[in-house]
Amino acid sequence: MLRVCWKGAHAAARQCVCGKVKAHPLQLCRRYSTAGDSGSTAGKIVAASLLTVGGGLGGTILYAKWDPKFRANVEKSVPYSDQLFEMALGPPPPPLVTLQKKPVRVIEPLQISSLSEASKESKQPKAKAKKSDPAPVEAPAAVEEAPAPTPQTLKEASAEAAHIISAIGEVPSVPAPGTSDESPPGHTAADEECKDHHEPVLKERPAEEVTARLAQQDKAEQDALAGLQVESLGSTAKTTLQAIGAQEAALTAIAAHTNKLKEAMDSQTPPDEKSSQWKALNEALSERTRAMEEAEEALLKAKGELENLSGVINSSKQSKINTARPQILAAEENLHSMIVDLDKVVTKVQTAQTEAKIVSQYSELVNEAKAQFQQELANITPEIQANWKRLSGKLSADDLNSLIAHAHRRIDQLNRELAEQRVREQIHIEVALEQQKLEDQKALERAVVSALEHSREDMRLEQEKKAQEVREVMEAEMRTQLRRQAAAHTDHLRDVLKVQEQELREEAQEILNSKMMEQETHYRRLTQEQLDTFTLDMNAAYARLKGIEEAIDSHVIAEEEARKAHQLWLSVEALNYTLKSAGADFPTEPLEGAVGVIKENCAGNEFAQALATAIPEESLSRGIYSEASLRARFFDIRRLARRVALIDETRNSLYQYFLSYLQSVLLFEREQVAPPAKLAPEDLDTFKLLAYANYSIERGDLELAAKFVNQLRGESQRVAQDWLKEARLTLETKQVISLLSAYANAVGLGTTQAP
Amino acid sequence: MSEKEFGQKWDRCLADCAVKFGTGLGLGIVFSVVFFKRRTWPIVFGTGLGLGMAYSNCQNDLRSRYVLHSKVAKEQ
Repeated sequence: MLRVCWKGAHAAARQCVCGKVKAHPLQLCRRYSTAGDSGSTAGKIVAASLLTVGGGLGGTILYAKWDPKFRANVEKSVPYSDQLFEMALGPPPPPLVTLQKKPVRVIEPLQISSLSEASKESKQPKAKAKKSDPAPVEAPAAVEEAPAPTPQTLKEASAEAAHIISAIGEVPSVPAPGTSDESPPGHTAADEECKDHHEPVLKERPAEEVTARLAQQDKAEQDALAGLQVESLGSTAKTTLQAIGAQEAALTAIAAHTNKLKEAMDSQTPPDEKSSQWKALNEALSERTRAMEEAEEALLKAKGELENLSGVINSSKQSKINTARPQILAAEENLHSMIVDLDKVVTKVQTAQTEAKIVSQYSELVNEAKAQFQQELANITPEIQANWKRLSGKLSADDLNSLIAHAHRRIDQLNRELAEQRVREQIHIEVALEQQKLEDQKALERAVVSALEHSREDMRLEQEKKAQEVREVMEAEMRTQLRRQAAAHTDHLRDVLKVQEQELREEAQEILNSKMMEQETHYRRLTQEQLDTFTLDMNAAYARLKGIEEAIDSHVIAEEEARKAHQLWLSVEALNYTLKSAGADFPTEPLEGAVGVIKENCAGNEFAQALATAIPEESLSRGIYSEASLRARFFDIRRLARRVALIDETRNSLYQYFLSYLQSVLLFEREQVAPPAKLAPEDLDTFKLLAYANYSIERGDLELAAKFVNQLRGESQRVAQDWLKEARLTLETKQVISLLSAYANAVGLGTTQAP
Repeated sequence: MSEKEFGQKWDRCLADCAVKFGTGLGLGIVFSVVFFKRRTWPIVFGTGLGLGMAYSNCQNDLRSRYVLHSKVAKEQ
């Protein structure tokens, strides 16, 4: 328990310490965290701002990539942004791409607008110009043409426009100005429509493929030219129409003014209306001047535009794009017609102006005369008021008389003047005629010049048109000829190709055949070779196999032999081993088993069989004694034989026994005496023999010992009989076994075989 | 074993001698006691007789090998 408390205290102390340690870092951390917090907030702010800026920049760039217009705007507004964009996105998309489709699109809206225009304007003249004859003629023509097969080419569209213009120009009546007044707004509306159509075109097609762009370069050029032509044509047409309209307005104003003037001149209207007439006259005058000014301006503008258009046409002519020629031609025609119309209108205006001049002159003269008359009247009758309108009511008789006298005097004067005038009439007339002639001539010259020019232009245009037609016809013919030629060429090509194909096919076939033959022969050769090699290989293999089989067989035989030999050897070894099983005093195991085994193992071996059978029966059944036991036994035999050395057939009494015993005791001799090489008869003594045998057996030579023991006679012999037998047995068996083992070894070596 | 035969013979011989001696002695003693009024001469005689017989037996036994045995062949 104390330990527990102690442990608890330790733990608490450790905790305390650790806690303190923990608290410290916490505080530190806190401090760090606070510092870090402030730092992190600043960092957060910086990071947020960077993120925002980067995001804005990236967003701008991405959007610029998507919308080139935006990119153009930004490039315009922000300096050096174009460099940034170029770095980020690459060069801006070229604006030419958009122009490709614009003229096409322009044509269509223009067509549509011209159609609508035509329909509108044709409807309008049709509706309003019922009085004038040429209008219905032109209008239906225009109407006929408008709903006609939708004019797809610029030529027809401009022809339409020209038609409309001429239609407008040739209708002199009141409705015409109305229509002409409405036509410019209509045309401007149409132009605005065109312009409106342009923009969506631009927006709809911001980018184009590079290959398509490259392929359509020419088309773009000519379309651009056509577009420009169309544009300039449109603009010139517009301005011309405006000019014509203005001229017409001027014309009408002039006409109105002159009418009004004439009316004013006319003294049949009542005085009240005269003043209003004069006011109206003034208004008409101002109107006329304004109209004149406008007409002048419009004329200048139109002239400028026409010059532009001619310049454009020239430039387009110089660009030598063949397919644009009809368009150029059409543009030229339009130009010419516009000029013609303008000139006509101008001449009309001029004639009106001259008329007006005459009328004004007349009015001036009249006014002068009136003034003079007034003056005279005033001179004569000063008290009469200038307003001679009221004269008739308020004049007295004197006044009347004086007035009549003045009138008579005036009449006389005038008659005299008239007579003078009549007299000078001729001269005046001649002078006037001369003047007129001159003027006429000038006018004629001018007219002739202008007519000549016009006719020249007409001729030129006709010529060009004819040339164009001829060219077209020629081209068509050429095309047909070319087509024919192409057809002929294709036919020829086909024939030639057929022939060539045939030839080539034959050649190829031949080559193929030859190659096939080659390949076949090659293949046959190869197969033959293969077969040969295969056969060879097979034969070789077969031979080898046979050889191997033979070898194996022989080997088997040899193995068998070896095995047999081995077995024999083993069995012999076993036999040998069994010999070792002899104990000190008891014989070995019966060798029957081992010998039986040997006999089994070498069933086919005669030598071994003979040898095996040569083993004595006794050893087989009973076994043999080992040499050691025999040797041991020999000692006994020797002792005994020495003791009964004297005993034989003749001496075999007990006394002899005692004597022989005594002899053996008293005879001292060497126990072992080396036997001589040759036995002499005196060596046949028992003792000697025993000594020899002992020596031999001590040296391990059982055979010699047995030989010596065999030489014993008498009782010694009888005593040693068994031993001898045993020794003989052992020796025999050993001999056989040694022979067998030697044979087995010899056979085991594998090289020798018993014959 | 042939060598053992000699030993055996000798053992037999000795045994026989012992027996014969004992017997002779015994008989001698008996005879001496019974018939010859405790004279020593029957004992000796008996003993001698015994020994002699034993000797003779021994000898015969030992000689048995060399003794020729004959048989009268029957006349045909």
